[in-house]
Amino acid sequence: MAARTEVRPRPRRRTSRFRDRETWAAYAFLSPWIIGFLLITAGPMLISLVLSFTDYDGLRETQAVGWRNYEQVMSDPKIRTAMFNTLVYAVLSVPGTMILSLWLATMLSKVGRRSAGVFRTLYYLPEVTPKVAVGVLFLMLFNGQVGLVNSALGLVGIDGPQWSTDEAWIKPGLVLMNLWSVGGTVIIYLAALNNVPRDLYEAAELDGVSAWQRFRHVTLPMISGALFFTMIVQTIAALQTFDEAYTAFFGSTASATYSNDAALFYVVYLFQQAFQFLHMGYASAMAWLLFLVIMVITFVQVRLSRRFVYYEGGER
Amino acid sequence: MWHRFHIVDLPFPLDDAEEIRMSRRYSRSRAGATVLAVAALVLSGCGGVGGDDEPAEGEAVTLTTMGFGLGDEIASTRVDLANEAIAPAKVKIGGNAFDPQQFLSAVASDSPPDLVAMDRQLMGTYAARGTLEPLENCVESEQIDLDQYRDPALAEITLDGKLYGLPEFYNNRVLMINDASLKSAGLTPEAIDTSDRAALSATAVKLTKKNGKDLARIGFDPKIPEFLPMWARANGVDMISDDGLTAKLDDPKLIAGLEYAYSLIQAQGGWGSIKAFRDSFDFFGEKNPFSTDQLAAFPMEDWYLNVLADVSPDTAITVAPFTDEQGEPIDWATGNAWAIPSASKNKDQACKWIKTMTQSDSWIAAAEARAEKRKSENKPFTGVYTGNEVADEKIFGEIVDLSATPAFDAAVKGVLEAQDDAFSMPASPAGSEFRTAWQDAVNRVLSGQQAPAEAMQQAQKEAQAALDNAAGS
Repeated sequence: MAARTEVRPRPRRRTSRFRDRETWAAYAFLSPWIIGFLLITAGPMLISLVLSFTDYDGLRETQAVGWRNYEQVMSDPKIRTAMFNTLVYAVLSVPGTMILSLWLATMLSKVGRRSAGVFRTLYYLPEVTPKVAVGVLFLMLFNGQVGLVNSALGLVGIDGPQWSTDEAWIKPGLVLMNLWSVGGTVIIYLAALNNVPRDLYEAAELDGVSAWQRFRHVTLPMISGALFFTMIVQTIAALQTFDEAYTAFFGSTASATYSNDAALFYVVYLFQQAFQFLHMGYASAMAWLLFLVIMVITFVQVRLSRRFVYYEGGER
Repeated sequence: MWHRFHIVDLPFPLDDAEEIRMSRRYSRSRAGATVLAVAALVLSGCGGVGGDDEPAEGEAVTLTTMGFGLGDEIASTRVDLANEAIAPAKVKIGGNAFDPQQFLSAVASDSPPDLVAMDRQLMGTYAARGTLEPLENCVESEQIDLDQYRDPALAEITLDGKLYGLPEFYNNRVLMINDASLKSAGLTPEAIDTSDRAALSATAVKLTKKNGKDLARIGFDPKIPEFLPMWARANGVDMISDDGLTAKLDDPKLIAGLEYAYSLIQAQGGWGSIKAFRDSFDFFGEKNPFSTDQLAAFPMEDWYLNVLADVSPDTAITVAPFTDEQGEPIDWATGNAWAIPSASKNKDQACKWIKTMTQSDSWIAAAEARAEKRKSENKPFTGVYTGNEVADEKIFGEIVDLSATPAFDAAVKGVLEAQDDAFSMPASPAGSEFRTAWQDAVNRVLSGQQAPAEAMQQAQKEAQAALDNAAGS
C-alpha cells in the first residue's frame, strides 16, 4: 500500500493533446453541436453554394448556369427594394431594441429582488410567443381604424396612420411590434448592470457626479461588452427578419393577395423565389449575397468595437 | 471491437502506469461511445423522415395526400366512398391547404404524396416541371367520362394539350347585394349595375357611410386585386394568352379597368380606410358585414352564400351577375383539383381514388349529407358548386330546396345562371409568378406607390420574363 501512495514523477507526454482525457471529454460533450453544425448548417451551406451556380428547382434535373444567378441578383430591381427595406428595418430596429431594453433593465435593476423576478418573467414572456402569432397580432393591434395602437394615440389627440397599408408606416409598425419581444436583451443587460462594481458608483458619488454622468462614464463603459454582443446579434437578426412580415403580408392566400412592397424584406423575397417560384438556384445565390453583406457589416462592427468596448483586464 | 476496452476481472495485478493507461483507454472508449451514440442519434433522426414505407408482400398499401383536409361532411362523405373504391388500400389524409414548401421537400426527398389537391391556377407550374402525372392513362384505364366536368375547369388544368388533374369545386363570382343597406339609402338592388360605370360610382358613394373620419359602411367593394381578371374581362381583355405563354398585363383596356376599380376605392375613402375597415369584419360569423350593414355590395365567390345561410339565414340578399359595359354577364370560375405526382408509387389506386372523389355520385352523396345536417339545424341548404356538371344538375335540381327562403332561392338561381358564362385563366407554366406579378402591381397602385399604367407595365415585364423563363427551360 505504501508503495502505491508514493508520488512518482509522471512520464513526460510527447503525444498529441487529443490523448488527454479532459480534452476527449470536452469534445464528446461538444460533439452534438459539432455534428449538428456539420450536418445541418455547414453541409447545407456548402450545397447551397454549389446550387447557386445551377438552375436547381427541386423537381427537375439540374443544369449548371455559371454566374447567371449572381448576374440576375445584381440586376433584379426587387432585390434592391428588398435590401433597402431590410436595411431600413435594421437601422430602426437595432437601436430601438437596445435603447428600450437598456431602459427597462435599468428600471429593473432598481426594484427589489422579489419584484425584479416577477418583472423579468413578464418582460420575457413575449419572447416565447410564436413569431407567427406576432405577425397576426400586428394586423390586429395596428389596424388603422379599430386597432388598439391608433385607439391609444386617439386618446392623446393623435390621428394614427394606416400602419398596414401606408408604405411609409409599414416598417416602423413592424419595428414597434418587434420591440414587444425585447425580453432576452433585457435579461442580458440586467445581468451586466448587476455586475458593475458598486464601489465605482460610490467613488463617483463621492466625487459629486450627476446621475447622468454616472450612467455615461461608469455604467455604459462597464456594460459595453453586453451592448456590443447584443448589437451584433440584433443586427444579424434584423437583416434576416422574416416571420412577422411574412405572416402579416405574404403567408396565407389572403395576406399574399394584399401584400405590400414596403414589407418585402430580403429573406421574404428569398423564400418567395425558392418555394413559391421554385427558383432554388437563384434563391441560393441570394442567400450567399446576404451572407456576404452580414459578414461585412459584422466585420465593421467588430473593428469599431475596439474603440468603444471595455474588456476587464484588456485594452479599451 | 468493444471487448478490447472492457475492464473485466484480470488474472494479474496492474501497476499504476498500466492502470493509468487502461483508465485512459476506458475513458477514450466512453468518449468514443458518446460520439458514436450522438452521431447515430443525429443520423437516425435525419434518416427517419423519409423512411421506407414499402408494404410487405400481400399487405395493403397506404396512400398519402397533401393539400386536403377532412373539414366537413362534403369532404368526409366523398373520402369514405373513395376509400371504399380502392379497398383494401387505404388513404392517409394529411394536412389542409396546399403547402408548396412541404410538397417540394417531399418530392425532392423522393417521398412524394400519392395524391395532391391544389389551386388549379398553380397546377401548370408543377406540371411544366414534370412533377405531376399526365392523366391520359388514368382516364383511359378507369374510363373516366370527362364530359361530366365543366370545360373552364378542365381548361385550367390542361397544359400543352395534356390533362393533369380532375376538378373539385367550381367557385363562381357574382355580385352580392345587401338589400337592407340599399333600402336604408333609398335604393333598390337594381341600382348595383356594373354595366353603367358612372352610375355605379355614384351609387357606391351614396351607399358609403362614415362615422366621423371612420368608415361605417363600404358602398361597393370592387375586390381588387383578387378580382382584377373580372374587371379586365369586362373591358374585353384576357390577362394571358390561351396557350398561357404571353402576358397581356399592359393592355390599355386592362389598365382602364384597373383605373376604374381604383377610382371606386378612392371615392369611398381610399385603400387605407377600406382595408382597415375590411380587416375588422367578422366575415364568417353572425356579425358578418351583411348582417351588420358594414357592406352594401361586392363581387364575391358563391361559397359566401353558404356562409350567410349558415350564420345569418335571415339576411336579405340579392345575387346579380357581374357584367361588362354592354350588360353581358361575366363569371370568373376558379377552384382546386386533384392530381397525381409523377413519382407516386401507387398511381393506379390514386387514379381510382380521385375518380371517385370527383364523380357525380360522390358529390351527390356529400350534398345529401350536408342537406341533412342543415335540416337538423333548421337552416337552409344552398348547395355545393362543383366542377362536375352532372352532379350540379342533381344537387340543384333535386336536393336543394329553398322554397322557405325566397331570398336565398333567388340568389342560388343567380349563381347558376352566371356559371353558364364562366371563364377561367388558362394553365401557365409560371402560374404562381404570373399571379404574383399582377397582384403586386395592383397593390402598388392601391398603396399609392405607382400609377396604374406604370404598375401594370412593370407587371408585364416581370410576368413575361417569368413565362419566357418557364417556357424556355
